[in-house]
Amino acid sequence: MTSTTQYSKYHSKVGLNQATSEPALVRYSLVGITLLFLSLFLFVPLAAVFTEALRKGIETYFSALSEPDALSAIQLTLTAAAISLPLNLIFGVTAAWAIAKFEFKGKSFLITLIDLPFAVSPVIAGLIYVLIFGAQGWFGEWMSDHDFKVIFAIPGIVLATTFVTFPFVARELIPLMQAQGKEEEEAAMVLGANGLQMFWYVTLPNIKWGLLYGLILCNARAMGEFGAVSVVSGHIRGLTNTLPLHVEILYNEYNYAAAFAVASILALLALLTLALKTYVEWQSAKNAEGIEREIMERVIKD
Amino acid sequence: MAQKNTLPGFNLSLGYALLYLSLIVLIPLSAVFFKTFTLSWTDFLEAVASPRVLASYELTFGASFIAALINVVFGVLTAWVLTRYQFFGRKLVDAFVDFPFALPTAVAGIALSAIYAKNGWIGGLLEPLGITIAYTPLGVIVALTFIGLPFVVRTVQPVLEDLGAEVEEAATSLGANRWQVFYKIILPAIWPAVITGFALAFARAIGEYGSVIFIAGNMPMLSEITPLIIITKLEQYDYAGATAVAAVMLVISFILLFAINGFQWWSNRRYSSIK
Repeated sequence: MTSTTQYSKYHSKVGLNQATSEPALVRYSLVGITLLFLSLFLFVPLAAVFTEALRKGIETYFSALSEPDALSAIQLTLTAAAISLPLNLIFGVTAAWAIAKFEFKGKSFLITLIDLPFAVSPVIAGLIYVLIFGAQGWFGEWMSDHDFKVIFAIPGIVLATTFVTFPFVARELIPLMQAQGKEEEEAAMVLGANGLQMFWYVTLPNIKWGLLYGLILCNARAMGEFGAVSVVSGHIRGLTNTLPLHVEILYNEYNYAAAFAVASILALLALLTLALKTYVEWQSAKNAEGIEREIMERVIKD
Repeated sequence: MAQKNTLPGFNLSLGYALLYLSLIVLIPLSAVFFKTFTLSWTDFLEAVASPRVLASYELTFGASFIAALINVVFGVLTAWVLTRYQFFGRKLVDAFVDFPFALPTAVAGIALSAIYAKNGWIGGLLEPLGITIAYTPLGVIVALTFIGLPFVVRTVQPVLEDLGAEVEEAATSLGANRWQVFYKIILPAIWPAVITGFALAFARAIGEYGSVIFIAGNMPMLSEITPLIIITKLEQYDYAGATAVAAVMLVISFILLFAINGFQWWSNRRYSSIK
């Protein structure tokens, strides 16, 4: 995905070439149909969120956001993201390191396994932790003896969030690090760096944009997850309610203005995610161009 | 190229990755199958093949298939327009294609049902025509189209960008018209990406829950999706029944995942051998 912007400059030229382009009428209608479709499915829903949120005035809007249940939902959402992000970050880096820099049997199978959480329905992602930690589950008895709760409590929400966001960082880093090869790291080692120095000064600067990209996507999903969290949460207001669950509760109580007010926070988060993501794509494309130019200059000099 | 690898940390990184993968993903997922195996064959069949559950499969797979098809048509069109034409706001539209990935599904669900309800912006326009979308199976298709929208665009777009102008120019100078160029040059180049995008959108749609339940109406036998069946069984403390349905869904998802990865591997190889 990150490489898409690099080529657009070249291909805008194709569009100008009359032999390989369509008549103006065809062009305009295709653009028109596309924009109509995207409006119906993207822009109109976004506008609806804010319209509905502000329908009963700005005061209702802010009071819906500042009531204690909403505040505790915000806090829990931030907590779940703050725990699952670093966990998946460490996993992503270690998995990508092993996969990209070394050869071993079953590598492509491992890559497929990393994708598993994306193939699993969010509802099933919640269910699996109920089967293990629920009252009837594998550890249910032990946990009720030790007064330790996972299901219908915060640890369950963190686990479910971690599961659904599991592949994001790894998926971003594996192709990136594979493409970069291992010459630079080998050079660092030959020149006497230790493992940490090599990682910190060579690997990390090379992968920082990909890492950030994965984290942005990971965060958006972590804060927005609904299905998986809904299964393990128990919907206890002020205690185990995340922001998306709070939206559902308000909506089911026919408190639409408040539901959309809370939803508008999540919509703003989505817009912020898109903006950051676009910025990172742009930065990494610029980086790649810079490296290409550097190589070209070196070649020309030689 | 068989030489000793001088880089450190192989055992540590692979070991940690495998341990974490097992703890968070593999062992918990295996619980679904262990729990399902505790059921007798008749109980299993009753859980996964009762009329209500069968109706939910039909809706889930049917609506996912239609939504993925809609996304193939409009996804290819969107990718084409974004890579080939200049128009005002192109970059903004390009960034916005990923909106369904970024927007929490619950928010998408309530927003779509507000728009497509009888008194909503679009639902109100369709109502006089006798078309009701919200709280019917059509609503399920709308929600699944929304969440699957980015997949085909994002798989086809890079292929269209990579496609050299030379082939098209050659075809044109040999007398092909634009339609022939599209049909004989561009379509063969993008179809593996189209299939991949279709399969990804379909796989995502069959498991989708959050965006669908608000707009579906959730009437048993009519507009109840399979993930909701799992939730309903759980709420009735029918853990074994919920798990049995989950096992069926999991097996289908796994087959899809391996098929998609296998297909991508195959088409990459085919592509690089052409190169």
